[in-house]
Amino acid sequence: MTALLEVEDLRVAYGKIEAVKGISFTVEAGQVVTLIGTNGAGKTTTLRTLSGLLKPTSGKILFDGRPLTGVAAHKIVALGLAHSPEGRHIFPRLTIAENLQLGAFLRKDKAGIEKDIQRAYDLFPILGERRKQAAGTLSGGEQQMLAMGRALMSQPKLLMLDEPSMGLSPIMMQKIMATIAELKSQGTTILLVEQNAQAALSLADQGHVMEVGSIVLSGTGQHLLHDESVRKAYLGED
Amino acid sequence: MNTLPQQLANGLLLGSMYGLIAIGYTMVYGIVQLINFAHGEIFMTGAFGALTVYFYILPGGTSMWAAVPLMLVGGGIVAILVAVGAERFAYRPLRQAPRLAPLITAIGLSLALQEVVRNFYPGADKARAFPSLDTTHDLGSVTIKDADIFLIVAAAVCMSALAWFVRKSRTGRAMQATAQDPDTAQLMGIDTNRIIVVAFAIGGFFAAVAAVSYGLKYGNIDYRMGFLMGLKAFTAAVLGGIGNIYGAMLGGLVLGIAETMAATYINNIPGMQQLGGQSWANVWAFCLLILVLLLRPQGLLGERVADRA
Repeated sequence: MTALLEVEDLRVAYGKIEAVKGISFTVEAGQVVTLIGTNGAGKTTTLRTLSGLLKPTSGKILFDGRPLTGVAAHKIVALGLAHSPEGRHIFPRLTIAENLQLGAFLRKDKAGIEKDIQRAYDLFPILGERRKQAAGTLSGGEQQMLAMGRALMSQPKLLMLDEPSMGLSPIMMQKIMATIAELKSQGTTILLVEQNAQAALSLADQGHVMEVGSIVLSGTGQHLLHDESVRKAYLGED
Repeated sequence: MNTLPQQLANGLLLGSMYGLIAIGYTMVYGIVQLINFAHGEIFMTGAFGALTVYFYILPGGTSMWAAVPLMLVGGGIVAILVAVGAERFAYRPLRQAPRLAPLITAIGLSLALQEVVRNFYPGADKARAFPSLDTTHDLGSVTIKDADIFLIVAAAVCMSALAWFVRKSRTGRAMQATAQDPDTAQLMGIDTNRIIVVAFAIGGFFAAVAAVSYGLKYGNIDYRMGFLMGLKAFTAAVLGGIGNIYGAMLGGLVLGIAETMAATYINNIPGMQQLGGQSWANVWAFCLLILVLLLRPQGLLGERVADRA
């Protein structure tokens, strides 16, 4: 079986500084794959390159059998790759409902869009209660819910989540992680970037540890969770 | 005789013209954070486009009822082409450059457009007569011309249509998203380059509407007409809060009325007898700008944004 996403020897540079130094990994349909690592490891750069916001210097990206390199960002969404960016990036002066509608910007099926908005409200009831409110007035955790709901509105084959737990209270973080688990159980394929390695690895089928632009260790989520070097470096154990 | 209603009407008319032009500054700034200093010249080319339709395309003796809409179309096409061309060939290659580069390019483009019209448009080195609509109507203590009616109706229709478009249409929604967060807008599937072109095109068309109104009202146009009108409209955009379309409309009206009032009444204040009259109008307009920048730098309807220089 061919993978939904295949990344091969991907390199990305900002000017002369190489941020991603030849990484390879795959995501199979239905899997949750996580990239973990410290700040500056190149995780966000990887996601931004996959969604077309950054151009790779070399390497191959195959999504659903098509090469993605050189495709404009706004056309990649149409292929079924949705990206919920680091820092949430909701549209602050638009309402929650308008943010969700923008997530479905390329879809034409009005009834289907309405149904999916309702689904987002079911998944995150707080969004439904505040649908007419400007998104900028939401708390950090609620904005994260909106960002995830908005990414799902494009009916993606692969959902990329960048640091969904960043800056959230422990309770809110649990909620977000529980939602990711729920999406997984519904069969959504997810590429998850997290600094919270414990939470990410517990959920993931497959995990990759990134350090200064390279993948240094790969394995199943459970395997990495019990790996000694991972426990030392990322799970805060001596 | 009470001159106040007449002066208010004059201010409102002038302000509508400023507001129409200010839309071009504010929409472009809102989306690409560029002050398009060539926008005054886009207004000017719109006027010459309309003049071309009237003198060189339409048969002599065409009624103004037929001529004005066609002049709007002609002026609109020219202004949109100039605006979109400027974006495509002058500003887009500089999208990633330091902000000063496109700004200086805009100033250069403004001079270039003036010189092209002055050198190549027949008779444009002096003022050229423009068909005017001079029939007057007395409404109580206010007298207005047909040109004024055209201006006020055109401004009201354009502004309402724009407000609807930005809030309700799919492209308008995409425009708001692009203005608020261009990278994330692309992640939604929005072609932000296309949105930028639409913003320049709308600005160009509105400038052309203002240009036709200007010609019909004042009866002549020249290659330098865009300089002061552009500067005033830019002032209006900043006054209202640059990046905000309602701000541009409001700023235009406030500026037009304030300038007219000051020019008419300020010499009644003891000790300021020398400071009234039309020759001082520009001074008062820019004084108002300075005042707003000091007291409310984000403009009347602008939002306080810390990192915008």
